[in-house]
Amino acid sequence: MINTGVAPDHMMIAPILIPIVAGAIMLFYNDRNRQTKLIMGLVAVGLTFLASIELVSDVKSATEQGGTVVGLYRLGDWPVPIGIVLVLDRLSAMMVMLTALLAAPSLIYAAAGWHGKGQHYHSMFQFLLAGVNGSFLTGDLFNLFVFFEVMLAASYGLMLHGSGPERIKAGLHYLAVNLAASLFFLIGVALVYGTTGTLTMADIGRALYWLDDAERVLFHAAAGLLGLAFLIKAASWPLCFWLPPTYAAASPPAAAIMAIMTKVGIYVILRLSLLVLGPDAGPSAGFGAPVLMIGGVLTMGFGMIGILGTPELVRKGGYLAIISSGTVLTAIGFAQAGGGSLMLGGALYYMVGSTAAISAFFLIAEPVSRNDEGDDDAPVEDDGFDPLSERWAPMGLGTVEDTTAPASQRTVSWLTMSICFSLVAAMIAGLPPMPGFIGKLAILRGAIQDNLSTAGYLPMVLWVYAAMLILSGLGALIALMRFGIRRFWAEEGPAPRILALEVVPVVLLLGMIALQTVRADALLGYTRDTARALLEPGVYRKAVLAGAQDVRAAPVSSLAPDPAPAPDEAPEAEAAAPETRPQPEPAPAAEMASPETQVNP
Amino acid sequence: MELILALAIGVLVGSGVWLMLRPRSYQVIVGLCLLAYGVNLFIFAMGRLYVGAAPIMPKGGFVDPTAYADPLPQALVLTAIVISFATTALFLVLMIASRGVTGTDHVDGKERHS
Repeated sequence: MINTGVAPDHMMIAPILIPIVAGAIMLFYNDRNRQTKLIMGLVAVGLTFLASIELVSDVKSATEQGGTVVGLYRLGDWPVPIGIVLVLDRLSAMMVMLTALLAAPSLIYAAAGWHGKGQHYHSMFQFLLAGVNGSFLTGDLFNLFVFFEVMLAASYGLMLHGSGPERIKAGLHYLAVNLAASLFFLIGVALVYGTTGTLTMADIGRALYWLDDAERVLFHAAAGLLGLAFLIKAASWPLCFWLPPTYAAASPPAAAIMAIMTKVGIYVILRLSLLVLGPDAGPSAGFGAPVLMIGGVLTMGFGMIGILGTPELVRKGGYLAIISSGTVLTAIGFAQAGGGSLMLGGALYYMVGSTAAISAFFLIAEPVSRNDEGDDDAPVEDDGFDPLSERWAPMGLGTVEDTTAPASQRTVSWLTMSICFSLVAAMIAGLPPMPGFIGKLAILRGAIQDNLSTAGYLPMVLWVYAAMLILSGLGALIALMRFGIRRFWAEEGPAPRILALEVVPVVLLLGMIALQTVRADALLGYTRDTARALLEPGVYRKAVLAGAQDVRAAPVSSLAPDPAPAPDEAPEAEAAAPETRPQPEPAPAAEMASPETQVNP
Repeated sequence: MELILALAIGVLVGSGVWLMLRPRSYQVIVGLCLLAYGVNLFIFAMGRLYVGAAPIMPKGGFVDPTAYADPLPQALVLTAIVISFATTALFLVLMIASRGVTGTDHVDGKERHS
């Protein structure tokens, strides 16, 4: 119970509740009141942002007094290994804040007309936010699955928003891939429960110690299956082929918020690999780290080839997301193998900056590559939808297109667009004043410093990683520069009409990126502390499991064996194993019963 | 019982994977359904197999946990069934839409002529 008094109790659930309630209230309004819904959505996002500020300042302030703080919120006040918990630490607080920061620009962009291209855009958007925030905050593996599905269900709707053959085709693939990934996730969860008897993330790491060899193999299979599911979400090569077409087909504001979804996959991998399979996990330490390292480097390479190869600007955005994923995944692999906190801190800093930049990129890609000649109704697309609307009517989808007027008719000049584009491109390529550069520099510096001080030499894969970091930036620079020259300098003819509402979000995101440059020291300090906390999973485990009752009574802070196990444990575990079980092991059922019926010492 | 359950899961998952890799969207959806059934049975089996044991314990007094089935996997399975059912329904809608828009039931929206 080190900190349950420090962390705000009910504030922790606010980032999940606010979007759910806002999205649900919106459903009561007629969908044509889009301006009302827009304002409600912005208010909800604003409130979530305020809550996230509160959460971040809470985790931060307590840290300065020494020690890492982990907030715990027990849903329904069930005791810990039984009930579902929300866990707040530096990483989850940061990710919740990042989500709120990306949500506002995307909503503003949608006000330029996209939210009128289909039904219930704003509700789905809020449900997506609830799912994302829930995934960041939950401390239970199955609850994570539920929030994942909330997020995915909303993302299917957002991805298909606006309809049209291209979206339907990409959406079909996206849906199939994600359904399969969810099933892998479920198999992994079931295996974890079957081997360790618990689903609380902090408890898994503890239960892991007690596994015998046969069970450990099964647990590793479970970890592999879970990793597969999350690597599909995080778009690691060779599981990333769904991403570029999906994000290219999605409407720009949806793609911009979906940029955070790959980061959800990365977040879970980061959380589980360091909490469960981190350096202190005994025989399972570092399981999967080589896959993350090599897979991450290959992902970066694939993204680089992709961005150079594709002529479409929106698809380049998808490959940029893949490069960003690969960069962070490799750093996670190094951290899991014992690569030190400096590098992971740099990678987290890079992740924040690059997610914002990719979001801005998706928002700017559509106006920049737009090809109308100053007509009104800017976000109109000509995908040949109209002839088919009769076929759609029986399915209740005939009302898909009721384009509302944009909230503001102000336009901006083509020059503004080109400046914004060049700034986004510079950020993505990692040119010096931008956070992309600072992040990469921090990764490289941390990697070299830590490795030289511990091992005395640099391993081969680190050289490859360093080279790929620089090369992928170069690839992105070449690709975007080529596009920019062609589009802004070489092209004649009237410039397309760009609404101010479509540029404001990009400017907001650029402002956020600029703030990251100016306050780089503060943010980098925060992410480094985060990385340090992640590499000491004992604190997290202790905070979550404080007061937890468990038949195995393993020590929570370190995974060393208990020198003197309580005498009544072993017989109880024996008795708990029913005859049909293949191996005698502490029965989950025994745990379920203990708090109510037994007084545990 | 173990053998029958294991065979059932194996057959469901095997045929599900095979169907999911087929080029017709209808085959894909049936494959996903079968795969989901296999996975649900698997989750169920991870709570160990019990015959004639109730999952819910009475309140108060000492309860012998060995006389009861593990309730958690049953709750998990229920959630998983609901979620996979809902997403499969969404997939079905999308499949029909794709059929209507493209005029073919190939997953890529066009026939592959060799």
